[in-house]
Amino acid sequence: MPLTGRGFPPCQRLPAWLFKSNTGGEYYMEHITAKSPKRKSVNYSRWGYLFIAPFFLVFTVFQFIPLVSTFYNSFFQNYRVGLMQIGPKFVGLANYIALFSNADVPTYALNTMIMWVLGFIPQILVALLLAVWFTSFRLKLKGQVFFKTVIYMPNLIMAAAFSMLFFTLFSDSGPVNMILQSLGITDTPYRFLTMTGATRGLVATMNFLMWFGNTTILLMAGIMGIDPNLFEAAQIDGAKSHQMFFRVTLPLLLPILVYVVITAMIGGIQMFDVPQILTNGGGTPNNTTMTLIMYLNKHLASKNYGMAGAVSVLIFFATAILSFIVYKILVANYKPASRHKDEKSKTKKVKV
Amino acid sequence: MSNKEAGTGAKALLTFTRVLCYIFLIFLTILCLFSFYILIVNSTRANSEIQKGFTLIPGKSFLTNFNKLIANDNIPILRALGNSLFISTLTAMLTTYFSAMTAFGLHIYNFKLKKFAFSFILLIMMVPTQVSTLGFIQLITKMGLMDTFYPLIIPSIAAPIVFFFMFQYLASVLPQEIVEAARVDGSNEFNTFNSIVLPIMKPALAVQAIFSFVTSWNNYFVPALVIDSKNNKTIPILIAQLRSADYMKFDLGQVYIMICVAIIPLLIVYLFLSKFIIRGVTLGSVKG
Repeated sequence: MPLTGRGFPPCQRLPAWLFKSNTGGEYYMEHITAKSPKRKSVNYSRWGYLFIAPFFLVFTVFQFIPLVSTFYNSFFQNYRVGLMQIGPKFVGLANYIALFSNADVPTYALNTMIMWVLGFIPQILVALLLAVWFTSFRLKLKGQVFFKTVIYMPNLIMAAAFSMLFFTLFSDSGPVNMILQSLGITDTPYRFLTMTGATRGLVATMNFLMWFGNTTILLMAGIMGIDPNLFEAAQIDGAKSHQMFFRVTLPLLLPILVYVVITAMIGGIQMFDVPQILTNGGGTPNNTTMTLIMYLNKHLASKNYGMAGAVSVLIFFATAILSFIVYKILVANYKPASRHKDEKSKTKKVKV
Repeated sequence: MSNKEAGTGAKALLTFTRVLCYIFLIFLTILCLFSFYILIVNSTRANSEIQKGFTLIPGKSFLTNFNKLIANDNIPILRALGNSLFISTLTAMLTTYFSAMTAFGLHIYNFKLKKFAFSFILLIMMVPTQVSTLGFIQLITKMGLMDTFYPLIIPSIAAPIVFFFMFQYLASVLPQEIVEAARVDGSNEFNTFNSIVLPIMKPALAVQAIFSFVTSWNNYFVPALVIDSKNNKTIPILIAQLRSADYMKFDLGQVYIMICVAIIPLLIVYLFLSKFIIRGVTLGSVKG
């Protein structure tokens, strides 16, 4: 789902179409960098500024300035105790030191990571499997439209509502416990949300359900972008289907897989809606499902701006590092082939 | 495909694999739909029925539950629906229009800062909104915009990812010549964009309008911090409120109906547009 500027929810994942398969899409950077032939007397270039002005104006006011002021705030002591306002007072790096001196942030970072990994591993495996099946000429699965529609559906569901639904389903007297009891699996209801493993598992399950369809469609597009001649050649050479997968599909899918993993990580760092609603913002049991953004939200809601600033800056740098990798992948993908001097692009040039 | 000699054995294997695939796919389908099925069944049953136990057969109390929810003063559900609809619609319109405009500006014109502007947008694309929320809240507090819809709508004008989509699309459908031809015909640049370029971009606009609408409809983090008064609440905020209320005292029929209201309208829209939406997800990647 697209991240559409400020005021929008965390983009759990960047949309699939951001990543163009290698077969096309060299024209962007080329287009951007190319000198267009000199135009006639009238110079239209100033119109360009006019057209991009609203974007940059709104971006500056509602995203860039807030970002700078967030950084600025992180160096101040600024919070409320009851009705009393403490600060703002310049304290240098004290907020950052406080952040790391207790175990909160490392614990919450670890929580976020555990829940992300628990959801992501099944997600990528299932998505890879389905993508290969759906694109397989040999299998020719029927009802693909139906299955794709169903598995993509949870992606559009409101995360907050989905989480609330899971909360009611898995509450002590909820339908799941009723079903388990009527099947005779248990006499006393499981108290899922008091168990660390179960709560984390539920968060991971929801993340899995919400994202595996999206990943499947993205990987399918990647596989369909692979030159079909390669599969044919492998088949003529007598390759088995698992050999085709490991020797042809997987290596050629590698760039898109890297892209998927890193954008999913960026989304994972932003995990909020699902655990927030499921645990009512408490990160229960015992803070084991508290994520970084939930922690940030807690500080924002209680107007502890100094600490909120420090947490924000931390999250900013974590995502910035990952984002930069994505940026490099995107730019590399969009550069005209002639710019590269490695072998891969040479073959590309020949093909073109 | 399989040779004729190897025929039967390979064929049997293929059928076997296919059956396994279908079993797994059906399993995933059930996994995806099961929770929604329970939701729909329970939303049609009265509180007392829900407490008694679970059945797979829907009840008859859907309308009763729904009317009770509307009558519930603590949950201004209709108001919230209206608010969510209003914010999401405006957001979708602003996002698509201005993203298309920015994409057009960067696609057609050559100016000094063009490359910088493009790289800049690409670079900021992935900065999560949450990290600047602190400054954002302070800013709109100073502007006196707290507890209004403006901070949820206006910022959607700058949507890097939607811009990028529009740019990809424009680059593949709009040759420079069209704009030049319009110039020869005496069209002003702005008119060219509105009356010639926008119609060409209809498919891209539609896809992004849908996605922007859904994203805005589901948005929780920022609205929860901005909106305060009862009458301005959106659906996700009400859901959170429902969760923090004393759950056990609640009429469960109403709880399920409430979740339905948040989910079902989008599901219906999705069922009608699903083909279109799924194609939209990969529009950029399959097109050369």
